[in-house]
Amino acid sequence: MGVTRREFLFISGTVGAGLALSTLGVDMQPVLAYAEGLNKIDQVKSARQTYSLCYHCAVTCGLVCSTDAKTGKVINIEGDPDNPINEGSLCAKGAASLQMSARNEHRLTRVLYRKPGGDKWEVKTWDWALTQIARKIKAVRDKEFIVKNARGQVVNRVEALAHMGSSKLDNEECWMITTAMRALGLVYLDHQARVCHGPSVASLAESLGRGSMTNHVIDIGNSDCVIVMGANSAEAHPITFRWAMRAKEKGAKIIHVDPRFTRTSAVADHHAFLRAGTDVAFVGGMIKYILENNKYFEEYIRNYTNASFIVDEKFSFKDGLFSGYDPTARKYDKSSWVFKLDANGVPEKDPTFQNPRCVLQMMKAHYARYDFEKVSSITGTPVEDLKTIYEVYSSTGARDKAGVILYALGWTQHTVGVQNIRSFTIVQLLLGNIGVSGGGVAALRGQPNVQGSTDQAILAHILPGYLKTPMASLTTLDEYLAKNTPKTREPQSANWYQNTPKYMVSLLKTWFGDKATQENGFAYSYLPKVDDGQVTTLLDQIDKMYEGKIKGFTCVGQNPACSNPNTNKTRKAFAKLDWMVHINIFDNETASFWKGPGMDPKKIKTEVFLLPAAAQMEKAGSMSNTGRWLQWKYVAEKPPGDALSMGDILYRLVLKLKDLYKKEKGTFAAPILDLQWNYADARGMYDSTAVAKAMNGYFLEDVTVGDKSFKKGQCVPGFSYLQADGKTSCGIWIHCGSFTQDGTNLIARRKKDDPTGLGLYPEWAWAWPMNRRILYNRASVDANGQPWDPKRAILKWEGGKWVGDVPDGPWPPLADKEKGKLPFIMKPDGVASLFGPGLAEGPFPEHYEPLESPLAKSLISGQLASPVIRIFKSDCDKIAACDPRFHFVCSTYSCTEHWCTGADTRWQPWLTEAMPQAYVEVSKEFGELRGIKNGDKVKVESVRGKVECVAMVTTRLRPLKVGGQTLHQVGITYNYGWLFPKDCGDSANLLTPTAGDPNTGTPEYRAFMVNVTKV
Amino acid sequence: MAKGKSILVDTSRCTACRGCQVACKQWKGLPGIKTKQTGTYQNPPDLSAQTLKLVRFSEGLKENGKPYWYFFSEQCRHCIEPPCVDTIGGYAPEGASKDKETGAVLFGPKSKEAPFEEVRTSCPYNIPRQDEKTKVLVKCNLCIDRITNNRLPSCVLSCPTGAMVFGERDAILDQAKKRVEFLKQAYPKAQALNLDEVRVIYIVTDDPKKYHEYAVA
Repeated sequence: MGVTRREFLFISGTVGAGLALSTLGVDMQPVLAYAEGLNKIDQVKSARQTYSLCYHCAVTCGLVCSTDAKTGKVINIEGDPDNPINEGSLCAKGAASLQMSARNEHRLTRVLYRKPGGDKWEVKTWDWALTQIARKIKAVRDKEFIVKNARGQVVNRVEALAHMGSSKLDNEECWMITTAMRALGLVYLDHQARVCHGPSVASLAESLGRGSMTNHVIDIGNSDCVIVMGANSAEAHPITFRWAMRAKEKGAKIIHVDPRFTRTSAVADHHAFLRAGTDVAFVGGMIKYILENNKYFEEYIRNYTNASFIVDEKFSFKDGLFSGYDPTARKYDKSSWVFKLDANGVPEKDPTFQNPRCVLQMMKAHYARYDFEKVSSITGTPVEDLKTIYEVYSSTGARDKAGVILYALGWTQHTVGVQNIRSFTIVQLLLGNIGVSGGGVAALRGQPNVQGSTDQAILAHILPGYLKTPMASLTTLDEYLAKNTPKTREPQSANWYQNTPKYMVSLLKTWFGDKATQENGFAYSYLPKVDDGQVTTLLDQIDKMYEGKIKGFTCVGQNPACSNPNTNKTRKAFAKLDWMVHINIFDNETASFWKGPGMDPKKIKTEVFLLPAAAQMEKAGSMSNTGRWLQWKYVAEKPPGDALSMGDILYRLVLKLKDLYKKEKGTFAAPILDLQWNYADARGMYDSTAVAKAMNGYFLEDVTVGDKSFKKGQCVPGFSYLQADGKTSCGIWIHCGSFTQDGTNLIARRKKDDPTGLGLYPEWAWAWPMNRRILYNRASVDANGQPWDPKRAILKWEGGKWVGDVPDGPWPPLADKEKGKLPFIMKPDGVASLFGPGLAEGPFPEHYEPLESPLAKSLISGQLASPVIRIFKSDCDKIAACDPRFHFVCSTYSCTEHWCTGADTRWQPWLTEAMPQAYVEVSKEFGELRGIKNGDKVKVESVRGKVECVAMVTTRLRPLKVGGQTLHQVGITYNYGWLFPKDCGDSANLLTPTAGDPNTGTPEYRAFMVNVTKV
Repeated sequence: MAKGKSILVDTSRCTACRGCQVACKQWKGLPGIKTKQTGTYQNPPDLSAQTLKLVRFSEGLKENGKPYWYFFSEQCRHCIEPPCVDTIGGYAPEGASKDKETGAVLFGPKSKEAPFEEVRTSCPYNIPRQDEKTKVLVKCNLCIDRITNNRLPSCVLSCPTGAMVFGERDAILDQAKKRVEFLKQAYPKAQALNLDEVRVIYIVTDDPKKYHEYAVA
């Protein structure tokens, strides 16, 4: 045989690991170096290595970019093996990161302009474009500025300008956007978070005090049971399954409840089908199971939740409606949704849970209706699957067990989004799974920095750090602070938000510097105010635009022409604008809307500026992942062509505006002229570190707090040092402490020590707040500070101090009646809310049908859809509930290989190769019913629009028995759009309705009615 | 027993995220090709000169009526006694070889002198493909450049769930056997495929034919 001879011939040079191939003998070279890449190892070994972060889902995996020393170009991007979150691993999207870089020929490299009625892009210069844009912003602002509202209250706002985006930017860039837009007076300010995890913030804040994921990605690996519901984590957040599978190796069970059997279900121990939009019923049944079978963690709920609180006599619930409903206003008067107070103003409690008006008993009564048969008839889930899943999951109520819920947009994107999340948060509280390692509510964020962009508040309803947007009725800072600073009579409640004045004043000092003084209320009057009750979130923004009332629109790193629901309405709304500025790394259906399907460019007067932006590896800055970890990344290469980072673009644009207002004056120029805007380096380029430090905050004078003294100009090393008298600045209080007093950037840390052995990695990067890795961790211990489960001790009171994670507040454990504090420090009562009266639909989650339901009558009450959801009235906003033309339930979703509308991923050949075209998944039974075979081209149609795509006929969907009838549901990806690739199909959001969650305005993308026919 | 390196592909851990499929192209500089949606997640449809690593998808119903969806992250098995090397060698002695240290099976430019169909059919796993332009035969090279430089193969590095592990063959064999024993408790059909004959060892929990026609030799 010749094998040995050839082996000798070809291979003898490759002895030993670490030997570069270039050292092979000449004869061997042609064979081994044949495949492209064999010289690559030498190139990569000599290249500059730069740490970066993945740009897709919010697991935000670490990357290593290799930059060729000669060309300065990135030649290789792979997972960062040192990053403890992904440990070198990447999904398809992360692995394709090189195709996001400058080497992708589709990247935008020039400033482009489309004139009114024009049918092509023209190349322009930055100076020309930014001057034009600044002039246009100023013209609209000066003309349309609203100083006073109809009631005569000073509002200082502009409604004719709107902004969207972006969670694809770094924290520092997001903060600059929020800052600049407030200075301009915008109130129509929103971004992806609104169509994404808006309901998480509202729901979790009401239940627990903060609106974010409680634990972090690695901690999923510490769980005994991982339930995935309203999510498809293995596909949408692939690296979370690194940790879910790690848990499984240690014996954990994985459960997946979903309308489809997906890549997540494929590795789960249990999968159950359910009808899209019926999650509250499914979870309501679990709450009943836990309560009636005493599966709850009694000591936990007694001490750490409001289970024992006595509900006011006036509160009631009847046939799907809570007390106080006003059918005309479609709103509740919530005055009866309160606790009975004792003489001191403290809620009355019954720790024995005997009182029928205590929250636990009220809950038992509320969920008594959710029996197996009822839940099965609503959800379509077989009773045996319900029993198995309820039993397996509720076993985590044991003191030494922990279960985690992984959810994402499958829960948030519903008219009942907030209540979907609320329902399982109640389960987690009942089982004692909040605050503990391996437990928690994993709100898996979708975009790479959507946690950060939410924290920075590119949102209509909040300011950075979740401070409330000022309302018109709050005419002075004092009134604002009085209204928004909660008070409590509960003796052991920390009521952390009592510090609101320090955070608000420090924010105003950051924005307006010396012009923010005690005398002028720290320039509170500069902030735009919305009328009380006025909603200016994304759906309203588009509605207003569709009415022609918005003239100018800036949009960054977002593709609403595909991502907005009922997107025909959005596309038509764009045609009513005078001008649009779009900033992105690739062209998309938003920037090019004027040449889209059904559009006649000649008739569209909207001017469009398309500005080329830098991608993630071309700029330095921080991103906050879904687990609140802020990580720093560095510049691996220059942006291609004329492209600039968003930080640079906005820095220059605001300078132009300042210059214009200075030279030419204008309406209410003060907030623009007085805005602190010193965020450039010596070369005049955007300096992300300078912004990050401003966000962290400075001492503006020498300050002594307790026994610590600080000098003017030092960084504030933690928010407990912030002041309400103007002596500190801080751009976002929850970031305070990300820099040390001497200015060291803790976000950039890369130390891998893990003292608890539970994967907290306290010196890797930095987590808000105060580097705490698990929120509410004081609930992981008993009243004496001893961990419920010693095997998973993230925190322990030992020798008079806390050991482990950064405790959620410094005080001793609860048993210390004088100094001890309750664990849910952001809630005025100090405990978590099983009864949550702060939300629009009611204090207990209740099943309501989607707005477009297959049913004519509810199977559980007299109330079909939620009585308070947000609906819109334009001619585009059609609804077809229980309509024989559209009688299949449809849900939209994403796949691993694309990110959101595909605005970035469709330009990447490695990804479009794997998932080339739009498809609709239908069951075999459905295929037979409609004569559709696998691979057939079909039309999916709702009352609002239609798309053509490929049918995937599969055993992974099946018809369900709902209300005694057979019901079919189908599912379609929203990853596509008409622009590129040309044959990939248009957006599934042409089908979805404009209907919103009443608390947040987050749209319903996940349950609506369609027809499917063969083309 | 053959020394050298091995990869364990434990399909019971795979979520088909396709990080491996893309990471392979990224490292090797292979292009994405134009494909069509034909009613499956699997794309491109087959291995080719541009695709040396492919996640195959297959679905159906189990005996209990519940769905299954199996993922088979396919690549060259790097046989201990590679028949392709013999076949190519018969026509072009310098066309293919086996690396002495690692055991990686490698094709070189002279492989174009061997008849493609004969080489392809000589492989029990249907792995070799031909570059249409150059006629050179191609397949996975076990990232020989990386593994001789203290780096994991691209596909293994990218794998999030531990479905792919790379190491010394002895250790991998040991790991494979232990894993099969563990899996057998829940899946009586669990097995490691062609364990003694290949370096890239697949673990399946069901009939291998349900994963891929050429999963097992």
